[in-house]
Amino acid sequence: MKKLINSVDTIVTDTLHGVAAAHPSLRVDIENRVIYRRDAPRQGKVGLVSGGGAGHEPLHGGFVGYGMLDAACPGEVFTSPVPDQMIEASKGVDGGAGVLHIVKNYTGDVLNFEMAAELCADEGIEVASVLVNDDVAVQDSLYTAGRRGTGATLFVEKIAGALAETGAPLAEVARLAQEVNERSRSFGVALSAGTVPAAGKPTFDLSDTEIELGIGIHGEPGRTRSTHREAREIARLAMDAINDDVPLSGDTLVLLNGMGGTPLLELYIVYAEVAAYLEEKGATAVRRLVGNYVTSLDMQGFSVSVCRLTDELTRLWDAPVETPGLRWGR
Amino acid sequence: MDTSFFLAWIKEAATAVQAERDHLTQLDAAIGDADHGANLDRGFAAVRQALADTPPETPGAVLVQAGSALIRKVGGASGPLYGTAFRQMGRALGDAPEITPAGLVTALEAAQEGVQKLGGAAEGDKTLVDAFAPAVRALAQAVQDGAKLEDALETATTAAEEGARATVPLQARKGRASYLGPRSVGHEDPGAASTALIFAALRRAAGQA
Repeated sequence: MKKLINSVDTIVTDTLHGVAAAHPSLRVDIENRVIYRRDAPRQGKVGLVSGGGAGHEPLHGGFVGYGMLDAACPGEVFTSPVPDQMIEASKGVDGGAGVLHIVKNYTGDVLNFEMAAELCADEGIEVASVLVNDDVAVQDSLYTAGRRGTGATLFVEKIAGALAETGAPLAEVARLAQEVNERSRSFGVALSAGTVPAAGKPTFDLSDTEIELGIGIHGEPGRTRSTHREAREIARLAMDAINDDVPLSGDTLVLLNGMGGTPLLELYIVYAEVAAYLEEKGATAVRRLVGNYVTSLDMQGFSVSVCRLTDELTRLWDAPVETPGLRWGR
Repeated sequence: MDTSFFLAWIKEAATAVQAERDHLTQLDAAIGDADHGANLDRGFAAVRQALADTPPETPGAVLVQAGSALIRKVGGASGPLYGTAFRQMGRALGDAPEITPAGLVTALEAAQEGVQKLGGAAEGDKTLVDAFAPAVRALAQAVQDGAKLEDALETATTAAEEGARATVPLQARKGRASYLGPRSVGHEDPGAASTALIFAALRRAAGQA
């Protein structure tokens, strides 16, 4: 598999050099592997820190900036970052109002962020954490690691970031982040697996007639394998999974997310079905995003995330944001 | 067992992980995310570097330093889990210059407890605990029966390898493989496989002493 890389061992560092060169609005600490907004720390403002394996770009580094994250820590490809990075990031964004860690629910991310939060407390930094677990493909039970954090991470980062920008206290920002997560559900479908550069071949094999339902964002296979069919039917399978979990109604925010290797053309074909599905159920997509936001390297496929909005959440979603990956109103 | 014994163990473990890097990654590709070999290899390289930079003076210090380097460099779940295992072991050894077989058993029991507390896994969940726990039990029994250290570690290694193989028919209940549900059955757990390698390295270190 051909990849545009210099060497497998320098992927993350080389990416950070590019991010630094491309986005003067960010300050990139390449040695410690932290991406900051240039004006961090902001006095009196809650600092938002997220992080996760590389390979999901623009998540998380592309969402650093005004109205969203204050810092992001990228790990190796599909590997959570380490506590040192999170501590460094937390110190760098703490403006005296505390720091919120936004953590996707994967065992590695959870363990490393837990260790970091403990060490931050030792250093006198007040840290609250919110766990994102929106993926309905996984049954939340004693028999799994719990639902994964996927597309709703973007909702949490945007909406909590907007609230933090108003000077709200840490407990309030954490509560709202939690509420966004609880109101959000996601489901993903892959037509092909992504290729981790170090492995050099796709993580799993799908034939031309197969699709994988209920995929995560780390190239892990999904819950079931099924037969490939029209976009219309696949979109409905994904929406059924979400609607079966929490019946859709009212105003919604919808993210039709490409996994990295899907043409926008196809995403729009799927989105048309998603919008029609919502209407059938008596729900309305009042805010929408279609594009590559929470990717899985070069995986072909999509995930759909739906957040049931309140007036407060809609207002905060609409608030100005200025990051490499999301930008409006400013 | 003195400081050089534990340094030899780390060196053997690093060599074994490097040699089996691709195999571990392949196991992980089947039910995880295809990075276990690469991550552990990077971690043990960092451990060797850390030990070379500031040579520890006691067995306990070797293991605490090794564990800290793993936590700092590996990421994922295996970094904190293996890091905690080595750190807890090192703490249990205190600053004693020479470790008895019984002391090694106690330290390994502390390591296992630390891993299970952090990760929340029990035996049968298809994790590294499925290799770790039987190995520690086998070692404890052999030491209690008065076996020679080398023989006791041979028994422990066999138990770890059998434990790793016994994860094949299990359905994962922890970690990334748990997302697969029944489809995790039929594959060896990569963490259990790497644990077996680390016990085999301990056995080889004893052979050199």
